Amino acid sequence: RSSNEEKRNLSLGGHVGFDSLPEQLVSKSVTQGFCFNILCVGETGIGKSTLMNTLFNTMFENEEASHYQNGVYLRPRTYDLQESSVRLKLTIVDTVGFGDQINKEDSYKPIVDYIDTQFENYLQEELKIKRSLFNYHDTRIHICLYFIAPTGHSLKSLDLVTMKKLDSKVNIIPIIAKADTISKSELHKFKIKIMSELVSNGVQIYQFPTDDETVSEINASMNAHLPFAVVGSLEEVKVGNKAVRARQYPWGVVQVENESHCDFVKLREMLIRVNMEDLREQTHARHYELYRRCKLEEMGFKDTDPDSEPFSLQETYEAKRKEFLGDLQRKEEEMRQMFVNKVKETEAELKEKERELHEKFEQLKRMHQEEKRKVEEKRRDLEEEMNAFNRKKVAAETLSLSQPVKKDKDKKK
Amino acid sequence: MLSPTSLIQKQYVGFATLPNQVHRKSVKKGFDFTLMVAGESGMGKSTLVNSLFLTDLYKDRKLLNAEERINQTVEIIKHTVDIEEKGVKLKLTIVDTPGFGDAVNNNECWKPITDYIDQQFEQYFRDESGLNRKNIQDNRVHCCLYFIPPFGHGLRPVDVEFMKALHEKVNIIPLIAKADCLTPNEIKKLKDRIREEIDKFGIKVYQFPECDSDEDEEFKQLDKELKECTPFAVIGSNTVVEARGQRVRGRLYPWGIVEVENQSHCDFVKLRNMLIRSHMHDLKDVTCDVHYENYRAQCIQEMTSKLAQDNRMESPIPILPLSTPDVDTEKLIKMKDEELKRMQEMLNKMQQQMHDKEQ
Repeated sequence: RSSNEEKRNLSLGGHVGFDSLPEQLVSKSVTQGFCFNILCVGETGIGKSTLMNTLFNTMFENEEASHYQNGVYLRPRTYDLQESSVRLKLTIVDTVGFGDQINKEDSYKPIVDYIDTQFENYLQEELKIKRSLFNYHDTRIHICLYFIAPTGHSLKSLDLVTMKKLDSKVNIIPIIAKADTISKSELHKFKIKIMSELVSNGVQIYQFPTDDETVSEINASMNAHLPFAVVGSLEEVKVGNKAVRARQYPWGVVQVENESHCDFVKLREMLIRVNMEDLREQTHARHYELYRRCKLEEMGFKDTDPDSEPFSLQETYEAKRKEFLGDLQRKEEEMRQMFVNKVKETEAELKEKERELHEKFEQLKRMHQEEKRKVEEKRRDLEEEMNAFNRKKVAAETLSLSQPVKKDKDKKK
Repeated sequence: MLSPTSLIQKQYVGFATLPNQVHRKSVKKGFDFTLMVAGESGMGKSTLVNSLFLTDLYKDRKLLNAEERINQTVEIIKHTVDIEEKGVKLKLTIVDTPGFGDAVNNNECWKPITDYIDQQFEQYFRDESGLNRKNIQDNRVHCCLYFIPPFGHGLRPVDVEFMKALHEKVNIIPLIAKADCLTPNEIKKLKDRIREEIDKFGIKVYQFPECDSDEDEEFKQLDKELKECTPFAVIGSNTVVEARGQRVRGRLYPWGIVEVENQSHCDFVKLRNMLIRSHMHDLKDVTCDVHYENYRAQCIQEMTSKLAQDNRMESPIPILPLSTPDVDTEKLIKMKDEELKRMQEMLNKMQQQMHDKEQ
């Protein structure tokens, strides 16, 4: 497919007007509306909901979570927002119960499963014959905000384990939550420690893109500020003659949008105002493609056949289907064969049993005959004895009848 | 029964000096106190201990990385220091529990800690029952400060399990750590929630003794405030900052300075007063009179029940415990004895059966 045509640069004689293409694209996407999905991972009470409320300046509904969940589960909620004429379908996914269990070895699994499921749903839609991708509600996670507890030392073991499982599936931006408990010098050390731990353990976090000159400078400088130390609040406090979003302490007021107090503004800038579209693109072009490739390879698809000729998906699919049907047939045959064998076996068994029974019967019969014969013999013997005895008796009686006196006389003596 | 009549002294006898004598003797003898600190890494335990005793106990410690902590086991580390103030000597032992709650799987991570406490009791029990009791060393843990993270909505399962495993072995004082991340309202809500949950789960934390009825009103009021303030929300600091023209221990933020000893900032002062200035001895007393006595009674019961089963014993019940009263080995021996008995019975039965069959 490589083209051997030469590309020629032509200069235009006048204004043609195709420079309006970007605007046309923009206007089309505005009409369609945008979709953005945020996943918030962090322990219960760390400030996930408050930060979302603060970022989007809206009171999203949320109940306080309990610390006693049996496991981690994900709670997605979708909202329709509008700003100027731009419509945004925002989905916020919360991890409920994260970090609360005593044994957290499986805590990452529900999160990974959720992300994979969204990819799977998209893949299914893509593979359909009659598909409607243009109005498919894309639920794939575009950004994972990982909330780090402000201990001031380093990452927790759970953080490391979880981020390692997520970094190849989703864009991760680590943030330090409740940062108003860390002083400036501690914060500097903490950030360095966290980043070095991430690097030394090979965790890939999202890098703000520096390939586009219009935003490369600001993105590069922001990359150096990661992880962002944020504070969230919807309450307003009067500072000077303005009401600003802040947290009021006995020793001072922490202003959310004051850049010398925390990195909230940086986060909002990067996440929403500059790189939202890039996050969506990266999710589709990198993370989703990786998932798709792995999934299809699992199913046995390849891009090139053994002869290194490019394969089309259709041919591969047909081949797979044939294979599958072949497998099915083979299995049926096997089962049938097995059934026949089993029947034969059982028949043979039954025959054997029958034969045994016969033998036994014969044997019993013989024994019975034997016994009968013996009994007959005994009876005859007994009869003979009886006869003999009777004869003796008769003889004795006749003898006694002919000499009765003598006996008496003998007795008297 | 005659009740003792109180006699009004006409002349000064002098036994009113007894408290002074007690004071003098105790100063001469010196005191000892063992404090355990427990809680996840990064809760500010070491900083708080340094702030409480105004010294630096943790100069060169090495903290583990997240990777090293994935499968970390809990260690017990003791630091002992001798400190002195106005002639009063205190031998302070701090028992650290690094690794608690830090691994990914924390099943029974409190076991090394309960084992340690039991070992100290056992050692004291042996020493107490020995012949030479002159220099018994009391290494029993008198108090355990448990640090609850302020980031959540209350107690977490690991907090509940830990406290339940220890509440009948040691005086537990729960603290809300790093309280400078909570506004006053949030602190109140969290304290109420924690107190509720402590009740709900039946956890017996250290209770301040009741005031005597003849104490003055001010003292009673302070005592009441103290009790309503638990669990204490504390902040610690290793650094000294300049605030309101003074040099104080505190934390410097862009938006203000948190002063550790400012009562409107946190409960550090209340904790220090309670722990060191007023209730240190009561903590020791409760450890001796309640927790240790419970342990001792249980130990003796186990031993006598074992001896009762063991009718091979001809010697009288010893006053001293056996030479190797390792609880585990004793259990093992008991189990083996029972097994032997069972097998004997089985043999007898079989013999009987054979005998019957023969007949």
